Amino acid sequence: MKNHTFFWFILPSLFAMTLFIALPIISVAIQSFHIEHEAIMIEVENCGPFGCKQELQVDVEETVKLKDARPLGQFNGFGTYTNRNHLAFTEIGEAWQSSTGLFDFMSKAYNLPFYRALAFTLTYTFVVTPLVIIFGFMIALGVNTLPKAIKGPTIFISLLPMIVTPLIGALILFWMIDANGIIGSTLQWAFDDPNLSLKASPTLTWMMLMVYGVWHSAPFAFIVFYAGLQTVPADTMEAAMIDGASRWERTRYVVLPHLMPLTIFISLIQLMDNFRVLEPIISFSAQASATSLSFIIYNDLVGNESQFFGSAGATSVLTILGVGILLIPVLIRTWRDFNQKVV
Amino acid sequence: MFLKTITFAGAFALMGSTAIAGCGISAGNVSVLSNDFPAIQAVVAAANECADGNVTVQANLTKDHKDIMVAALTANPAQYASVIVTNSTLVTLMNDGLVRSIDDLVAKHGAGLNKSQLITINGKVMAVAFMANAQHLFTRTDVLAEAGVEGVPATYEDVLAAAEKVRSAGLMEYPVALNTKAGWNLAEEFVNMYMGTGADFFKAGTAEASVNNEHGVATLEMLKSLVAYSNPDYLTYDSNATQAEWEAGNLAMATMWGSRGGAVLDDEGSTAEVVSGTILSAAPTWGNGARPASTLWWDGIAISANVSDEDAEATFVALMNGITTDVVMANNDAAVWLVEGYVPSAASAGVSGTAAGGAAPYPMVPFMGALHTALGAEITDFLQGSESAEQALSDVEAAYTAAAKEQGFLK
Repeated sequence: MKNHTFFWFILPSLFAMTLFIALPIISVAIQSFHIEHEAIMIEVENCGPFGCKQELQVDVEETVKLKDARPLGQFNGFGTYTNRNHLAFTEIGEAWQSSTGLFDFMSKAYNLPFYRALAFTLTYTFVVTPLVIIFGFMIALGVNTLPKAIKGPTIFISLLPMIVTPLIGALILFWMIDANGIIGSTLQWAFDDPNLSLKASPTLTWMMLMVYGVWHSAPFAFIVFYAGLQTVPADTMEAAMIDGASRWERTRYVVLPHLMPLTIFISLIQLMDNFRVLEPIISFSAQASATSLSFIIYNDLVGNESQFFGSAGATSVLTILGVGILLIPVLIRTWRDFNQKVV
Repeated sequence: MFLKTITFAGAFALMGSTAIAGCGISAGNVSVLSNDFPAIQAVVAAANECADGNVTVQANLTKDHKDIMVAALTANPAQYASVIVTNSTLVTLMNDGLVRSIDDLVAKHGAGLNKSQLITINGKVMAVAFMANAQHLFTRTDVLAEAGVEGVPATYEDVLAAAEKVRSAGLMEYPVALNTKAGWNLAEEFVNMYMGTGADFFKAGTAEASVNNEHGVATLEMLKSLVAYSNPDYLTYDSNATQAEWEAGNLAMATMWGSRGGAVLDDEGSTAEVVSGTILSAAPTWGNGARPASTLWWDGIAISANVSDEDAEATFVALMNGITTDVVMANNDAAVWLVEGYVPSAASAGVSGTAAGGAAPYPMVPFMGALHTALGAEITDFLQGSESAEQALSDVEAAYTAAAKEQGFLK
């Protein structure tokens, strides 16, 4: 394709991407460098059905003047990024100084909201992503050997976890694992422990969220691998069979290398998706035991009296950086493969 | 919104109210944003009667009203001419100057109001309250009697003693519940309990938090003692969950919202045994505290700053039509109304008792929201046993300080 043809071809999507992706990200980044104006307060008498009280209130007239002059608020630089609720440089420094060992330092860092969320987010990402790929591949291999008549229904059923809206799927599981629910009471019976609760212990909550993550995403990997399996060259397979390769050897030396580009594609998508884990934490009401970076952003904006736009902006920018760092190895590999093919 | 309008029309038909359509508004657009529960549905349904050829009535009743109200009222003209506010949401709107003082409207159209309904801040009427709410004790007297406890516990120490008796009698393993879902609900339980000590959340006259003290520690200890008698899943329990557990007969004592009283005591969703044994009473006191460990809330009408005077007046008149004595009498058990004509009932005994016991209203200071958020996130570590009460409270103060700086309340 000629360069200027390519330019006109890509222009509409370039325009849409700038408008709907680049500009919002820039505005979020700008917001994250600002905090609200200093509130000018006055003490006033406050009366209602339950009596009168002297209380501090914001002096609206003065504050409105400040806001009109500078609608973005006060410039705070990286102040929000480094404060206790985000990267917490001061607190981390103190923890490092006062720690008796690495474990002590880790537990002090884990007490800070950002690092606690990061710990779960990374664990979730690095446990769920490989499991999704492994399970997806195994299901695809299994379905591929089924007789034609039951293939269709099996594929449909295997895709169900992905078809159900994440929030709803997680809520259904949340009720099933309740102590009164079918899974919860079965587990209590199986382990002979009437106090066993998947929702109460942080460790079990983490496991439950990851099991949910695998359950929800494995169908995606399955359907991609299944499509890939249809393209495995029959000649090579037959040649391998004639050479006496077992089923395992054929899978290991023929099918897997053939599907490698798809595996990279799935890891790319899954790393991004899992790093942004949010729905299961909401649906499972798991925030007491597990928070993620996306959950911190959500919590800054939803469900409370005050909304923290600067704080949410800072966490969003840090999340984007995190996704970027995660994807670098995969992207480097893709780039290398691409170059090799060209040569 | 269209569906809601139909629902209101239906509710109106069922109520069989005798108010005359039109209600004296010549023209204007009435628009309301509010929370969604039966009492407010009744008010808005009655306000909806004012719709005629010249007057349009629109209402958006949603549990997520808090998340959209600031954006909706910042627009000029505002998306809604009125928001049904509470102690805490009124402060959020006032911080940004989004609601107007309504002295003139009250003088012109508010003849039937009690003086105590007027929310007056710095001498200006900012809202008209129409109902009160509070969390208080629900008790299954039949279960307690079976365990050998007479009457209704008056203190949280009594609650603990009764819970132990119920457990040791083998009646229930987890007899107690509070709305302890991590986040807003759990923070509200801390606020309630801390209120019972009589201590303040902030250093006088400043925005500096002061909860890391002996009152805060005692509050956390008391919460931990109570959740020891709660289902291990307590950190996922919100109002819907506690009400369901109550109606299922799984609880003997619970602290729940007064606005749930009507639903618990009606003949739906539960057995006659549970309903007949349930008594609603004032929130308990504890320690040496004199006042009930609860916060009083009101729901009221506030009018947007960024709407035309005509729409503001039309909306105010329509909502006044929603809180008449007729409406209150037709929906007596839906809430603890602050309006003339309300007859106290078994469903309201808890809220009335809590107010009569001298409970304090939820603090209306503008930085309370930031402290509430910090509490909801940080005290779970203590309840789960992974850190000390002092550490949890110092985390609360640190998280609050960072958030309050971001909002300009602290330097």
